[in-house]
Amino acid sequence: MFGSITTDMVLAILPEIALLVLIAVVFVTDLVVDEKRRGILAWTSIIGLLITMLLTAFFAQPGAEAETLWGGMLRHDWLAYVSKLIFLFGALITTVFTLNWDSVRFKGEFYVLLLTSTLGMTLMGASADLIMLFLSIETTSIPLYVLAGFLTDDDRSTEAGFKYLLFGAMTTAVMLYGFSLLYGFAGSTGLYEISAAIGAGQIPAAALAGAAVLVLVGFGFKVAMAPLHFWAPDVYEGAPTPITAFLSTASKAAGFVVLTRVMIAAFSSVQAEWQLMLAIAAVISMTLGNLVALSQTNIKRLLAYSSIAHAGYALLGVIAASELGAASVVYYFLVYVVTNMAAFGVVIVVSRVIGSDEIADYAGLSRRSPGLALVMLLAFLSLAGIPPLGGFIAKVLVFAAAVQAEFVWLAVIGVLNAIIGLYYYLIVLKVVYLTPGKDEQKALPTPRPQAVALVVSIVLLLLMGTVFAPWYQWALNSASALF
Amino acid sequence: MIPLSWYLILAAGLFCIGFYGVLARRNAIAILMSIELMLNAVNINLVAFWRFLAPESISGQAFAVIVFAVAAAEVAVGLALVISIYRSRKTVIAEEINLMKW
Repeated sequence: MFGSITTDMVLAILPEIALLVLIAVVFVTDLVVDEKRRGILAWTSIIGLLITMLLTAFFAQPGAEAETLWGGMLRHDWLAYVSKLIFLFGALITTVFTLNWDSVRFKGEFYVLLLTSTLGMTLMGASADLIMLFLSIETTSIPLYVLAGFLTDDDRSTEAGFKYLLFGAMTTAVMLYGFSLLYGFAGSTGLYEISAAIGAGQIPAAALAGAAVLVLVGFGFKVAMAPLHFWAPDVYEGAPTPITAFLSTASKAAGFVVLTRVMIAAFSSVQAEWQLMLAIAAVISMTLGNLVALSQTNIKRLLAYSSIAHAGYALLGVIAASELGAASVVYYFLVYVVTNMAAFGVVIVVSRVIGSDEIADYAGLSRRSPGLALVMLLAFLSLAGIPPLGGFIAKVLVFAAAVQAEFVWLAVIGVLNAIIGLYYYLIVLKVVYLTPGKDEQKALPTPRPQAVALVVSIVLLLLMGTVFAPWYQWALNSASALF
Repeated sequence: MIPLSWYLILAAGLFCIGFYGVLARRNAIAILMSIELMLNAVNINLVAFWRFLAPESISGQAFAVIVFAVAAAEVAVGLALVISIYRSRKTVIAEEINLMKW
C-alpha cells in the first residue's frame, strides 16, 4: 500500500505541513514570550498564513490528472487545491480581525486552535477515505467548539460553544453510523473504492439511500442547511464575531466541498434519491432562512439566517450533479467567503467601537465612517446578487446549473427567494445610509490592518464579478476533477 | 458462531437508545453519555463488518480506534464547556441554557 514517499506526495500536503509548522511556532512563541509582548502571536499567524498561501499557490498546484496519494487517504486534485486556498484566505482574514481585540490577542491557544481548525479544513478538502474524512471533520469541529465558547466570562459565548458541541457531536455520531454502514456495504473505506463497489451493483439501493440520509445529516450540520440549521443563529450570535465570520465562511465552504465530493463520488447510483432529499432541504433552507431573516434585529443573527439561505442557493449546484453544478458550487464559495468576510469585517469593526450588534445602532454609519458604509453596501448588494458584484455571477451559475439539470422549479424558487433576500439587505442599508443616528459627529475609525483586509476583500469581490474568466477556469478545473 | 446480523441488530438497538437519550434527556452530562452510546454502536458495526467482511485489511479496526480516540477528545471539550457554564449559571439542564432564542 505504501511505497516510498515521493516529491509529489510531499507537495500534495505542503499546505498541511506549513500549517503544522506554523502551529508549532505559535505554540512555542506563546510559551517563551512574556505576557506583554504576546501581540506578536497574531502577526506570526498572519505572516505564517500568508507564506502558507503563497507556498500552496505556487508549489501545491495539481496536474491535469487527479491523483490519490498517501495510501488512498488523500486526493490531490483541483478541487482540493482551490478549496485549500479558500480556507487559508478565510483564516487569514479572520486573524487580521482579531488584531486589536484584547480578550484574545494575547492568548496563544486562540491562534493555535484557529490554525488547527484550518488544518482540519484543508484535509477535509482533500479527503478520499472515510477514516480521513471523519478525522478531518473532527479536527475542524473540535477546535471550533472551543473557539465558539472561548470567552468564558461571557454567558452567551459559553452557551454558543455548548450548543454547537451538542448539535455537532450528535450529528457526527449519526454521520458515523452512515459511514460504518457504507464500510459494511463496500468492505473498504476508500471513497472511490466504495463507488466502484456500488457501481458493480453489490448493494441494494434502499440500504444505500438510508446510508445517504445518515451521512447527509452530518454534512447538513456542517453547512447549516435546513432542517439541521437550529444551531446556526444561536452560535453565530453568541460566538466571538471573528469566529462567527470563520464559521459562516470557511467552515461552511469545507462542508460543501465534502458534500459535493462524497455525493458525486460515492452515491452516484442513488442520485435521484439524494437529489430529491437535497432539493427539499434547499427549498426549506432558502425560504426559511430568508423569511426569518426579515424579522431580525441583531445583525449577527440576520447574517446567520442569510447564511442558511445561501446554503440553500449553493445546494442547487450540488443537486444538479453535473460539471456545471460542481463548478457553480466552487464559484459560489469563492465569492461567498470573500463577501461574508467583508460583511462580518464591518460588523467586527463597528461593534468594537459602539459595543452593540443591534441593527438600530448602525444608524448614521455612513456619516461616521463613509468607508465602512461603502464596504457594507457592496458586500450586502453582492449577497443579494446585484451585478456587477461577484454574488450576481455566483447566483446565475447555480441557477443555470439547476435549469440545465431540469430542476427549473428549484431555480424559480431560488429567484423568488433572492428577491425576498434583497429586501432585508436593503433594510439594513437604509438604516446605515438614511436613518439619522445619535452620535453622527463622532468619527468611527478603522484600524489600518482591518482596513487593508476589507479593501482586499472588496477588490476581490469586484474582480469576481467583472473579470470572470480566471476564477471560472479554477471552478471548472475543480469540477472536472470530480467526474 | 454468532452471525453478523446479530451484531448489527445490537448496534442498531444501541444507536436508537443513544439517539432517544440525546433527544429526551435534559441533563447535559446525560446527553453527552447518550452520544457516547451512539458512537459505541458505530464501533460495534465497524468491528463486526471488519471481522466478517474484510478481515484481511485493517481499515475497519483502524477506523474503530480512531472513533473512540476522537470521541474521548470530544467529550473532554464537552465537559469543559459544561463546567464553564456551571460556574456562571449553576445549572447543567440543557433547557435552562437559553439566553438566545429566535
